[in-house]
Amino acid sequence: MSSSSAFNDEKGGSSSVGEPEYGHDPASGGIFSSDYKRHDDLKEMLDSNKDSLKLEAMKRIVAMIARGKNASDLFPAVVKNVACKNIEVKKLVYVYLVRYAEEQQDLALLSISTFQRGLKDPNQLIRASALRVLSSIRVTIIVPIMMLAIKEAASDMSPYVRKTAAHAIPKLYSLDPDQKDQLIEVIEKLLADKTTLVAGSVVMAFEEVCPERIDLIHKNYRKLCNLLIDVEEWGQVVIINMLTRYARTQFLNPNANESLLEEGGEKTFYGSDEEEGKEDKVEAAALVVKRKPYVMDPDHRLLLRNTKPLLQSRNAAVVMAVAQLYFHLAPKAEVGVIAKALVRLMRSHSEVQYVVLQNVATMTIKRRGMFEPYLKSFYIRSTDPTQIKVLKLEVLTNLANETNISTILREFQTYIKSMDKDFVAATIQAIGRCATNIGEVRDTCLNGLVQLLSNRDELVVAESVVVIKKLLQMQPEKHSDIIKHMAKLTDNIQVPMARASILWLIGEYCEHVPKIAPDVLRKMAKSFTNEEDIVKLQILNLAAKLYLTNSKQTKLLTQYVLNLAKYDQNYDIRDRARFIRQLIVPTDKSGALSKYAKKLFLALKPAPVLESPFKDRDHFQLGSLSHLLNAKAGGYQELPDWPESAPDPSVRNVEVPEWTKCSSREKRKEKKVEKPFYSDSEGESGPTESADSDSDTGSGSGSGSDSGSEDSGSESGSEESEGESDSEKDEKDKRKSGKKKAKKTAPESEESEQSSTEEQKKSTKSKEPKDRSDSESEDEEESSTESSESESEEESESDTDAKKKKKTIPSKPPPKQAKKEKKEMSLLDLDDFEPTPSPQVTPVSNFVSSSLATDLEGLSLTDTALSPSAASPTCGPLKTYELLHRITGEGLAVTYCFSRRPFTGDPHMVSVQIQFTNNTEVEARSLRVLEPKLQSGMRIAEFPEIDVLPPGEISTVVMGIDFCDSTQAANFQLCTHTKKFFVTIQPPVGELMMPIFMTENEFKKEQGQLMGMNEITEKLTLGEGCRGDHVIIQRVISTANLSRVPCGSAMECRFAGKTVTSGSLVLVTVVTKEERAAQVTVNCEKMLIGTMLVKDILQALSQ
Amino acid sequence: MIHSLFLVSTAGHIFLEKHWKSVISRSVCDYLFEAQGKASAPENVPPVIATPHHYLISVYRDRIFFVAVIQTEVPPLFVIEFLHRVAETFQDYFGECSEASIKDNVVIVYELLEEMLDNGFPLATEANILKEMIKPPTILRSVVNTITGGSSNVGGTLPTGQLSNIPWRRTGVKYTNNEAYFDVVEEIDAILDKSGTVVFAEIQGVIDACVKLSGMPDLTLSFVNPRLLDDVSFHPCVRFKRWEAERVLSFIPPDGNFRLMSYHVNAQNLVAIPVYVKQNVSFFETGSSGRLDITVGPKQTMGKTIEDVVITVHMPKVVLNANLTTNQGTSTYDPVTKVLVWDIGKLNQQKVPNLKGSLSLQSGAPRPDENPTLNIDLRIQQLAISGLKVNRLNMFGEKYKPFKGVKYVTKAGKFQVRT
Repeated sequence: MSSSSAFNDEKGGSSSVGEPEYGHDPASGGIFSSDYKRHDDLKEMLDSNKDSLKLEAMKRIVAMIARGKNASDLFPAVVKNVACKNIEVKKLVYVYLVRYAEEQQDLALLSISTFQRGLKDPNQLIRASALRVLSSIRVTIIVPIMMLAIKEAASDMSPYVRKTAAHAIPKLYSLDPDQKDQLIEVIEKLLADKTTLVAGSVVMAFEEVCPERIDLIHKNYRKLCNLLIDVEEWGQVVIINMLTRYARTQFLNPNANESLLEEGGEKTFYGSDEEEGKEDKVEAAALVVKRKPYVMDPDHRLLLRNTKPLLQSRNAAVVMAVAQLYFHLAPKAEVGVIAKALVRLMRSHSEVQYVVLQNVATMTIKRRGMFEPYLKSFYIRSTDPTQIKVLKLEVLTNLANETNISTILREFQTYIKSMDKDFVAATIQAIGRCATNIGEVRDTCLNGLVQLLSNRDELVVAESVVVIKKLLQMQPEKHSDIIKHMAKLTDNIQVPMARASILWLIGEYCEHVPKIAPDVLRKMAKSFTNEEDIVKLQILNLAAKLYLTNSKQTKLLTQYVLNLAKYDQNYDIRDRARFIRQLIVPTDKSGALSKYAKKLFLALKPAPVLESPFKDRDHFQLGSLSHLLNAKAGGYQELPDWPESAPDPSVRNVEVPEWTKCSSREKRKEKKVEKPFYSDSEGESGPTESADSDSDTGSGSGSGSDSGSEDSGSESGSEESEGESDSEKDEKDKRKSGKKKAKKTAPESEESEQSSTEEQKKSTKSKEPKDRSDSESEDEEESSTESSESESEEESESDTDAKKKKKTIPSKPPPKQAKKEKKEMSLLDLDDFEPTPSPQVTPVSNFVSSSLATDLEGLSLTDTALSPSAASPTCGPLKTYELLHRITGEGLAVTYCFSRRPFTGDPHMVSVQIQFTNNTEVEARSLRVLEPKLQSGMRIAEFPEIDVLPPGEISTVVMGIDFCDSTQAANFQLCTHTKKFFVTIQPPVGELMMPIFMTENEFKKEQGQLMGMNEITEKLTLGEGCRGDHVIIQRVISTANLSRVPCGSAMECRFAGKTVTSGSLVLVTVVTKEERAAQVTVNCEKMLIGTMLVKDILQALSQ
Repeated sequence: MIHSLFLVSTAGHIFLEKHWKSVISRSVCDYLFEAQGKASAPENVPPVIATPHHYLISVYRDRIFFVAVIQTEVPPLFVIEFLHRVAETFQDYFGECSEASIKDNVVIVYELLEEMLDNGFPLATEANILKEMIKPPTILRSVVNTITGGSSNVGGTLPTGQLSNIPWRRTGVKYTNNEAYFDVVEEIDAILDKSGTVVFAEIQGVIDACVKLSGMPDLTLSFVNPRLLDDVSFHPCVRFKRWEAERVLSFIPPDGNFRLMSYHVNAQNLVAIPVYVKQNVSFFETGSSGRLDITVGPKQTMGKTIEDVVITVHMPKVVLNANLTTNQGTSTYDPVTKVLVWDIGKLNQQKVPNLKGSLSLQSGAPRPDENPTLNIDLRIQQLAISGLKVNRLNMFGEKYKPFKGVKYVTKAGKFQVRT
């Protein structure tokens, strides 16, 4: 410091020539006595017109403030400089102002006009800082000005200013709580803000001003969930804590009905299931009434999914916030993920460890299994601070069970040798607790503790005595020798608590040691006057008990002790003596009580329960200060209990969609703002659809249509798709009537139908080909008449109605057939034919319709030429694959298809639409995914469990799989309430990507960067039916989920997409030449994907 | 949120106070002093102290207590994490976080605190943003200021990082030499028992980066064997989704030094303990003396030499002095703190370092029950003990060719041998 002070001297000297004394180091302490002359100097400097002098003065003043020295008498001189041009001076003046304005309210008003001017400044930094200082000045008179400024700033252009406004809200609120209503309005407005900068600050303001106004969150809930990952870390903590509370009021307990599903094998594992069980019954009753199983609200899932990545944050507070969110909100099976992250925090600073361990200790009581794998991470090092050691011990004790107790006890043994005696004492307590909790080791522990009785350290011995006492209470008969041993210890042990414990023990079990007990009393009577109070009380106790059991030997001794106690200084002891005398010594006056003296004193006492001090702490929100202190801190918001039934989830629907990532969603969402979510539509889908076509094909149509013809891939979740399917159904009939109107043909819709039919053929063998052929020809007509997308949607819907066809490969003849079939199918629909259940043979229909198809092909060809950009990107056809055959599945048939739609919330997952058909006579219950066996890196987002699938009905769900851009299969088990089936989903390479839009120029640019190894080119001869680029487009798009890139050349077709997981670009170019020769080029960063894709496309095109 | 901050030296001197709301008297720190009196060492002061009207949340770093005073419910980790961030910022600005350096730069400290918190809620904690607003003191700038007379360490523009979605990087970074260095530092945490068997061992690693690249580079760092990594935490700049999908680190780096990631190595992989330790510490019942014999040797080192080996032993209180001889390095025993330090240096295959001798105990005192633990410190250059290897570093978004470097170091973390 001396060197730097010298340095500053020099600097000061030159900056203020002629006035060397000003240039003193602002930080060097000595000169800042409350000497007035010095302050005069400062005033002089502040009044000068040199910025450097002002700055020097301000620095010295700030240094004074930092030290806690009073500088308030400089207020007038400082406040004059509030409008100073020099930014640093200005900043320091602000610092001063904020510190002293409260004390000098009148003078502080002088500065207000400067800030008001600053609020209008074109520079956002100045606006923000003016608002910041203005709101930090705690002067009640300016409350209206502040209010106005906040309101204005809340609608400022700059998000930074809006953030500052959010910060100002709690300041104003603490200054004048009456402004609450107006402030809530501002909060409401700012909550709707879409920038990540504002989100954290406004939620903080919300928490301070109106945490009870949970209704303000509804509309912003999804936005907050989605923004969360991009919010700065401090904001994340606040938002996560708030959302935890929110979720507790809005969603159902995910663990409520698990006991209904579980076989109870897990039950014993966790301690607190009884309570949950009770809730279950209530919950279950409610569920039965509604015929609705527990389905996690998609918003609940959204929250869990979006917070999970934050477990990887470097900020311990964020990790803890997510951990507590999972602990309080997640289904039991998912809570485990937080353990690893919490164990990681144990590497951090000791303060962090301290807080984390407190929370882990609470968690281990409720969910022990979660931390068991990390047992060794809680082993104690000799260098840990004591409070950490004690907490780790607590965790180890909580984790102890039959299997690991021997390891833990061995570990404890080494701890007993520690130099830290407080820690040793805690270890002995811990051994005691393990012994009571785990019966098998009780004797071992007891023996170990008895050995400790001969320890040289008194504290250790004393602690052991106390613990042994508690243990002996459980089975005293067996251990009279231990009691004798302890009786001998009374000569040596001086720790009062230990002496008291021994005396109590001897008194309590004097029958087991009839010879020694009176002798102990004799010794104690001798030293009575020198004992501590608790020991004296126990001597009295011992005396009374001995008097009752062995009055011959001890009568006199007891009298003596009672007499001594009668004149003791402590009134407790005098009291006790009087009480005991009356009770045990029979006198003529003694009442009825003395008859019961023996019962009173020698009643069988229940063994103490040694339990963790962290038990029941979890009613405080984990991670909170209140939890840490185990007492409610000011401003703590209780974590509400789960509601019995969920409040209306539609309150969270927003007019304008907030899931901004995919703009094309907007249309979709608006359409169904009013739609009830998920659970409702799920319940409905079965019945409505089966009514439509009275066989299993019915519901297939609903789902198939959705996924097959979704124009923009905007769907974000199965719930929505299902909701939609209903609405579409409704519309369907209306539209059908108009279908026949002659319009331009839309080849793509036709084609999509075609291939979707193809795909679906596979799943169910044809049953009613006649009907179908009708409907198909109808369909064909439709497609030729209408070109709107909605139309195509419908059509494919009807296609899927008859998805019982054999799979056909897209070589020339089969497409024809397919087209025909389609046509027939929609004909069927049009004519309102009831599909007959009697199966017929497929080939017939194929044969009949082949000529028609040829015609049609010609037609569509010309059409494509007219509308080259026809291939709408995601309007791809769907192939259905079989997941579980109805025979192997014992009546349960399961098919899946890749719906080519982004999976809700997780853009890295491929959404797989799964359709269950129950062909049995009994209902299938609780269909769910179990034990996914995945390649590393792959992930599955399971579909929500289907609680009941009635016989003959069909249910469709969507699950997400992250294939990690590989064609490795995802293996998992599909469970019903009775059976498990091993199933596999293997994606064709084309499904691992999603379309992106690109211009030709962009395409060429990107292609230029993916040359060399990343480019794969193959030549081929186009297949019979592969004439005209629309066929090529169609085939490529049905092979891979790509979108077409518009291009000028007629000989070339380009397609672009990116892989779902890593987002690597996939660029496909098909160049056609004379004589059906063609060349396929794939450019992709992932060579493997590129190679496989080329193969697939070649196959598709050469057929 | 955070109401006030006090910086207190271990001696109990409050050398800086800052209030973000109404002033709270510094007498509130008396509760801390009280707790400090009860605790045997400053580390043992509980981080959270409840007083009748306030709660004190403190962290102890570099012999300074950072004490935050709060009045209402706030997650304690939030405050603790913030206080550590403050300490790190001081470290970054002044090169060290000590009472002297804070006192010397009190104005900058005050300006920093002013920017870091607004009304007790963190505002700007990213070093890159802060440096844009408040320039760290440098000799050069002080000289320039002295000459020109205009000394301002406050920037006048809005730090643009605060507005963008990459708040950790400032704009307009320019270097003549573009370079990016990555240090893979692994620490072995282990507990060995008396016989030398491993009770517990794990590897924790960090990747510290020093990136000095112009413009807005987008870096991708990939590993040869990312499967090794079991649990990771990242600097906010790392794109988590890409890690999930491809196990590569993709990020736009902050400018300067930062910790890119920390990781934990999969527990199933057995940890190779690079040294073996044979020890025998015993105290005799009679004669107030004891014996000490420690031998250390290299075990699995994968051909690298083990350097900077230091063994520290905290002796029981009754040990008055140690009379020890060694065949390598130096050993010192401090009778006041009861710490024995044996600085060995490099471990050779041929000559096995050994320390032995007698310990003299306080006469009349009973033989100590406990045996001291040995804390071992070591360092292996050019080796990541887990076997983790960086595959390559790619840069996108900028045209120039940066100079890249990766360094591996293995150290002992909390490495203890029980006796």
